[in-house]
Amino acid sequence: MDNATVATHEHTHETAVHVEHHHLALPQHRHHFETEQQQREAGTFGMWLFLLTEIMFFGGLFFAYLLYRNWYNDAFVAASNQLSIPLGAFNTAVLIGSGFFMALGVWAAEVRKKGLLVLFLVITTVLGFVFLGVKYVEYSEKFEKHHIPGAHFDVKEFVNPAAFGLKEKPLAPDMAQKTQIFFSLYFAMTGMHALHMIIGIILLFWLTWRAHKGEFSAGYVAPIENFGLYWHFVDIVWIFLFPLLYLINRHPV
Amino acid sequence: MSEHHDPSNVNNPEHAEHHIISPMSYLIIFGTLLVFTAITVGAAYINLGILNPIVALAIASTKAVIVILFFMHVKYQSNLIKMTVGAGFFTFLVLIMMTLSDYMSRAWGLW
Repeated sequence: MDNATVATHEHTHETAVHVEHHHLALPQHRHHFETEQQQREAGTFGMWLFLLTEIMFFGGLFFAYLLYRNWYNDAFVAASNQLSIPLGAFNTAVLIGSGFFMALGVWAAEVRKKGLLVLFLVITTVLGFVFLGVKYVEYSEKFEKHHIPGAHFDVKEFVNPAAFGLKEKPLAPDMAQKTQIFFSLYFAMTGMHALHMIIGIILLFWLTWRAHKGEFSAGYVAPIENFGLYWHFVDIVWIFLFPLLYLINRHPV
Repeated sequence: MSEHHDPSNVNNPEHAEHHIISPMSYLIIFGTLLVFTAITVGAAYINLGILNPIVALAIASTKAVIVILFFMHVKYQSNLIKMTVGAGFFTFLVLIMMTLSDYMSRAWGLW
């Protein structure tokens, strides 16, 4: 009995140090972190490591684009001009706006404004849906024109652009077939990007619900902050996709 | 290392001061990003020859850096986080360079 008491006393040393430094005893502070600051940094570090794997993942797609664009430049020019710049630019603005409201959401969590946090998360979600809606319009146009790579792919707009009112240079049939590679990459890249947004929107529903319950307005902001990093990362991917897919091959007619 | 028992890392603090960016700064950053978007769309319609893709990528990179520094708070993070982010992009660049040099050198002298 005596021994046990002594042992307990020795272990209170850590507790004493904690009191000395006036730690906030927040319920979310895990005991294996020395300070809340350290816990927070560890979380941010882990989130960034995940995002680095995402950079490598999208990086592979970007590299494939770079290579094929150099090999089949004429096909990429003609196929890229099929995309609508106004829709792409609108979507870029929508996504940047969504990122802006997400950043405001992190701020609202930091300053513990529950109502504003929920509002900003909802706006972020709505703008995410607007983006996906525009993407749906763009995709369905590709389906109607048979510009989906595969057995039913239609090259007529590329071999005979003048018949469709396009001011493109006509492509030889073999080069025209290479436009399929552009559209494959277009669907792979924007599709993976859209999948990330769909996952993000699902997470946003969950976070909005938790924010509504007041879980993030009492000093615990890590989930909001780390989700913000993810959402901004998805933004950055689009910031590169937009000029590469929509703009780079646009030459003044 | 320190001979003192210093579990809270008080003597050797490496964690960045926690910094909350104001909504006003976010608004300015949002505006800047929109302006860059407008510039990149405008630049696409001007024939700059070989410079077109370079300009477009330069603007995209600038926008990405702004998002990373401010929206993602990297400017106000500790050196550990800054190094992590930097190392990630550096590794990505190395991978691109090595793969590209492979493809570029395969038909070396045959064009």
